Amino acid sequence: MDHSIGLRPPVSETVYVQTLNLICGALLLAAVLILWRRELAAIVRLLVVQGVLLAALAALLGAREGSSELYAVAAGVLALKAVVLPAVLRRVLRDTGEVRETEPLVNVAASLLAGALLTLLAYAVSRPLVALAPSPATQALPVALAVMFLGFFVLVTRRRALSQVVGFLLMDNGITATAFLATSGVPLIVELGVSLDLLLVVLVLQVLTARMRLTFGRTDLDELRELRD
Amino acid sequence: MSGVLHDTAVAAGTAALAAPLLAPLAAAAAAGLVGWRRAVAWSAVAAAAVILTGGVLAGMATIDGSVLRIGGMLRADALSAVMLLVIGAVAVIATWAGVSYIEQELATGHTDARGARRYAVLVPLFLAAMVLAVLASNLGVLWAAVEATTIVTAFLVGHRGTRASLEATWKYVIICSVGIALAYLGTVLVYYASQQAGVDGHGSLDWAVLVSHGDQLDPGVMRVAVALLVLGFGTKAGLVPMHSWLPDAHSQAPAPVSALMSGVLLSVAVYALLRYRVIAVAALDPRFVRTLLLAVALASLALAASMLLAQRDYKRLLAYSSIEHMGLVVLGVAVGTPLAVAALLLHILGHGLGKAVLFCGSGQILAAEGSTQIADVRGLLTRRPLLAGTFALGLAALLGLPPFSLFVSELALARAAATAGLGWAVAVALALLLVVFVAVAAHAAGMLVGGAAGQSTPDPPPGGAAAVAPLVTGLVVLAVIGMLAWPLEQLLSAAAAIAGTS
Repeated sequence: MDHSIGLRPPVSETVYVQTLNLICGALLLAAVLILWRRELAAIVRLLVVQGVLLAALAALLGAREGSSELYAVAAGVLALKAVVLPAVLRRVLRDTGEVRETEPLVNVAASLLAGALLTLLAYAVSRPLVALAPSPATQALPVALAVMFLGFFVLVTRRRALSQVVGFLLMDNGITATAFLATSGVPLIVELGVSLDLLLVVLVLQVLTARMRLTFGRTDLDELRELRD
Repeated sequence: MSGVLHDTAVAAGTAALAAPLLAPLAAAAAAGLVGWRRAVAWSAVAAAAVILTGGVLAGMATIDGSVLRIGGMLRADALSAVMLLVIGAVAVIATWAGVSYIEQELATGHTDARGARRYAVLVPLFLAAMVLAVLASNLGVLWAAVEATTIVTAFLVGHRGTRASLEATWKYVIICSVGIALAYLGTVLVYYASQQAGVDGHGSLDWAVLVSHGDQLDPGVMRVAVALLVLGFGTKAGLVPMHSWLPDAHSQAPAPVSALMSGVLLSVAVYALLRYRVIAVAALDPRFVRTLLLAVALASLALAASMLLAQRDYKRLLAYSSIEHMGLVVLGVAVGTPLAVAALLLHILGHGLGKAVLFCGSGQILAAEGSTQIADVRGLLTRRPLLAGTFALGLAALLGLPPFSLFVSELALARAAATAGLGWAVAVALALLLVVFVAVAAHAAGMLVGGAAGQSTPDPPPGGAAAVAPLVTGLVVLAVIGMLAWPLEQLLSAAAAIAGTS
């Protein structure tokens, strides 16, 4: 960014903007890597990285606004997205003993190309959102939406049950990042409800994956083809 | 004198907000502690009756346009009261029918004590989540409650434990969670717009506050938000393009749960759309909102009509009929005039009761005939006249025949849409309804009077009169509200004044 000479912004502002951009860039990078990798364990590690980044984002906004509530939210995000949810996913991984995504519906090169197109789409969709209140935080909104779109792409193109859960979590991370960037987080009561729901959904999906393995012997979603008209 | 009366009504109404939330929680706790017992099963029916009573009391208190509040979180106006009535009425029938349903499953070994306990815990929790959704004053809490319904119903859909029910559960949880995640993004964007407009200083998600500041919200952001909300809550309402989970989940769930999911859960999602529409038309060009909703409504109707024609499974037939009726209801939301809102609320009530009767009836047909294939069920009217009679009358109600209330509400919906200058949409909808009528009537005729494939009746009708009693009650109520407008009409117009905009 080109700052005009003589109007030097305070250092804390520069540090804030650079840290913000760094975090958002890393979030998108982690999402793209999830699209690229096939080892499920590596994908879960990338989700941990994203959880840490989201907590850092909340803490950064908390420091800027001097809000203790945001620090508490940051701690909650760290616990949920970097510790608890990955632990649930690892448990599924251990129980199923499936380490790699099976024959992908879309190959890596095409996936990455689609990822690039989805990022462009995210920029187009977020134009009115940025235009309403341009600031360093809202200017990073396209990145958050891109993470959400990438999550949706993972969800519809992968065949393993666990990969679908990963896609869903990636979407949720993108939406969480959007909430932080646009509004510095939703009201606390809503945040609590949303986090509780997320945790319960993932637990439900874990139980379903276990049942699927018992019933079908594996967790390939191609097995789900009994119900049709 | 009338002031005193009104104060009493408000006090009773405030109690009416807390009790419908607490009663199902108590029933769930009881079931968790002692497992499936007859008394526990009836406590769920009692909890449903408390919700219904709460709806009546809240309706009496809010019929003049007043609003009940508890703290900052719970709020009821006439619209919430109508929804409480719908939840309560359908829940009474579904939980009542659920008593004999689970007893019979236990007797035939289709479920065990563990499954029955899980059922007895989850069904009241499901009711509590829906009550919270219609009583929440905060749109974020409304969202969280709708998502909570997905979680509690997941293991109800998978109750039978078969391959097919597992498949249905997985699709249900994944598709609905993704859809509702989009609705959450929409909620966040509404919050963003309200923050930037300086609503309440730091922004707000309180519905009443947002409505009073609707015209200050940024149209660019609200357009994206409304599209996401329609897509997201539309998923839970079973609307095109995110409907594909519905026929699977509704056909695999136990019959009383299908009745609740189809009869009220879909309507609770439409209720969210109804609330958001009031904000959206204040912030945006109303034509954008109307076009979006019309497209979704007509596409859902068209899909349902085409899928009903070639349907071979009667539970899926009922599921697609739910998509059809939600299409009609959302058509009413798109029109959005007070007349349309009153009509669609009456339609929601009628559809809820009708679907409760039919799904519970279909559960008994399945138990008696052992198949959900339409072709396997023949000549039911001569072999099981009582059950087949209620099923036939339920279908007649659903197809909009008098004297049932869906006849009145469909007529009112058509009139409201035509008055609002949407005559073409009425024409399209009526043509599609005609297709639905022919399709359902042909399938039903086969099941009820069709030539006997295997005349041998394997076993005597299970349950008998006691099992049919809740269904008959539902039909009688449907006919009564179809013929007598009196107790409901004022409340419906009070609710229409809240959600309708001319």
